[in-house]
Amino acid sequence: MTTPASSPLLIGCAAGFSGDRVDAAVAVVDTLVTRGGPAFLIFETLAERTLALAQLRRRADPAAGFEPLLDEMLRPVLARCLQHGIRIVSNFGAANPLAAARLIQAMARELRLPAPRIAVISGDDLAGPAHRALLRAQLGEAVDGLNLVSANAYVGAEAIAAALDAGAQIVVAGRVADPSLTVGPAMSHFGWRADDWDRLARATMAGHLLECGAQVCGGYFADPGYKEVPDLHAVGYPIAEIDREGDCVIGKADGTGGCVSLAGVTEQLLYEVHDPAAYLTPDVVADISAAQLTQLAPDRVALRGVRGHARPASLKVNVCHEGGWLAEGEISYAGPRAEARARLAADVLRRRLPALQLRVDLIGALSIMGDDGGALLAATPAGDARDVRLRVAATHTDRTEAERLGREVTALYCCGPAGGGGVRTSLTPRLNTLSCLVPREAVPARFDMLEDVQ
Amino acid sequence: MSAAMVTVPLYQAAHGRTGDKGNRSNISVIAWDAALYPLLVEQLSEAAVAAHFAHRRPTQVRRYLLPGLQAMNFVLDGVLDGGVNDALNLDTHGKALSFWLLDLPVQIPAALVPLLRGPSGT
Repeated sequence: MTTPASSPLLIGCAAGFSGDRVDAAVAVVDTLVTRGGPAFLIFETLAERTLALAQLRRRADPAAGFEPLLDEMLRPVLARCLQHGIRIVSNFGAANPLAAARLIQAMARELRLPAPRIAVISGDDLAGPAHRALLRAQLGEAVDGLNLVSANAYVGAEAIAAALDAGAQIVVAGRVADPSLTVGPAMSHFGWRADDWDRLARATMAGHLLECGAQVCGGYFADPGYKEVPDLHAVGYPIAEIDREGDCVIGKADGTGGCVSLAGVTEQLLYEVHDPAAYLTPDVVADISAAQLTQLAPDRVALRGVRGHARPASLKVNVCHEGGWLAEGEISYAGPRAEARARLAADVLRRRLPALQLRVDLIGALSIMGDDGGALLAATPAGDARDVRLRVAATHTDRTEAERLGREVTALYCCGPAGGGGVRTSLTPRLNTLSCLVPREAVPARFDMLEDVQ
Repeated sequence: MSAAMVTVPLYQAAHGRTGDKGNRSNISVIAWDAALYPLLVEQLSEAAVAAHFAHRRPTQVRRYLLPGLQAMNFVLDGVLDGGVNDALNLDTHGKALSFWLLDLPVQIPAALVPLLRGPSGT
């Protein structure tokens, strides 16, 4: 914090989703320490579905509901981060940021570290009765008939920046917008105002490039013969170097595999983007329609030309509710006429299960490219695939009806075509989602220091 | 320069990645070379892409051009059978859909064949 605000800010990202590799952070932190200067470490661990699952865990145990891998992700690097002034910002609080903060506090104690200042962001959780009227106003009376599991607004970077300004060394959030994990540190470090649209937009796109972890470093990119990636097994995680204008250079942790290439960064820049002139976040509307990328050196790509416009007046809310049951069953056919036998088995299941709308996949011939309605499968002439796994899936609100699918797939052992083997069945409760917008003023996000709330 | 055209799959001329939000998929198409980009812009119209995804019944296909990145972004509405929490597809996100698009045949002038990736481009 004694560094002048004009020096570049380094932000490393050590997780891109819940379930990401837990050994990623060490190389990122080592690199941040080696390079010196102001630095942050972020972990992005929330997807649309993750938060609802976390809410279910919290219902079962009031001390749970945060990222299940939090301990494994953070423990290897917590001491080094605190010793070197690398501050940590994450949404790994999920449905229970306060419990996550307490776990980190206990971790620091176990590791005999000085107690870190931990801030907890709140305000995103709208699942309680106090917010039902707000959701009803957006989604209508139908919301009262749903078994709500979670409702969370995507809040922005301001509360994160305020917590950092107040001296937090670790900021634990739930549902903040993914790029806000980067924008918050940049706002705080450079002292940007909340209406500095161009700079906020540039930092937002830096955050966008970071938020999926290895996906900007050659992860999710390799395609043998067309797109080669060195040492994919050891793919590195990204580090953004952000300057006072918000422009960034994307690099990666030293001594890791993967590559930061123009082609890969371009793919990630457009990942989950709709209108490139209007990438909406709680902080700003970012415009990448005139963006340019430049390979400055191996594993160093600069992003320029990002512009910003005033942030939206409303915030996006994702509502998750119970959605009946998903039944799935699989059986394999191999050898001569395998595809014909698998197709016959599918026909048997359709006739035996007239109450279910079956999706049929012929894995090894045609599966994930097809639609649930089966239009592509119907339009594809039967082939002669010799190793086919038949998969069927259906949903039903009634568990007993859904269970019939697994039983019929199992019955193919004795009653189906010749040579079927390897049956697996599963029945899982479904979570469905709705989205709506709520006025920003209705969702005031805030931070509290852990020491003040316990 | 020869005016002869060769038909190649799009993946020899471009690469891309799929993203999803709700029941909407976006697919980037990024030309391997700036000289290939105008040809792709000409041939990969919204209508051509909608037709290629007809079995997914898109309610709308929008195309955004990013000339500074020699890229296009296609936004396909309604193609994910409800999206990640609703679809019965094993790939509920539609992660594989970029490879469906990259299989689309495109016409390339013979003179530009050396710019293609893969076996016949080298």
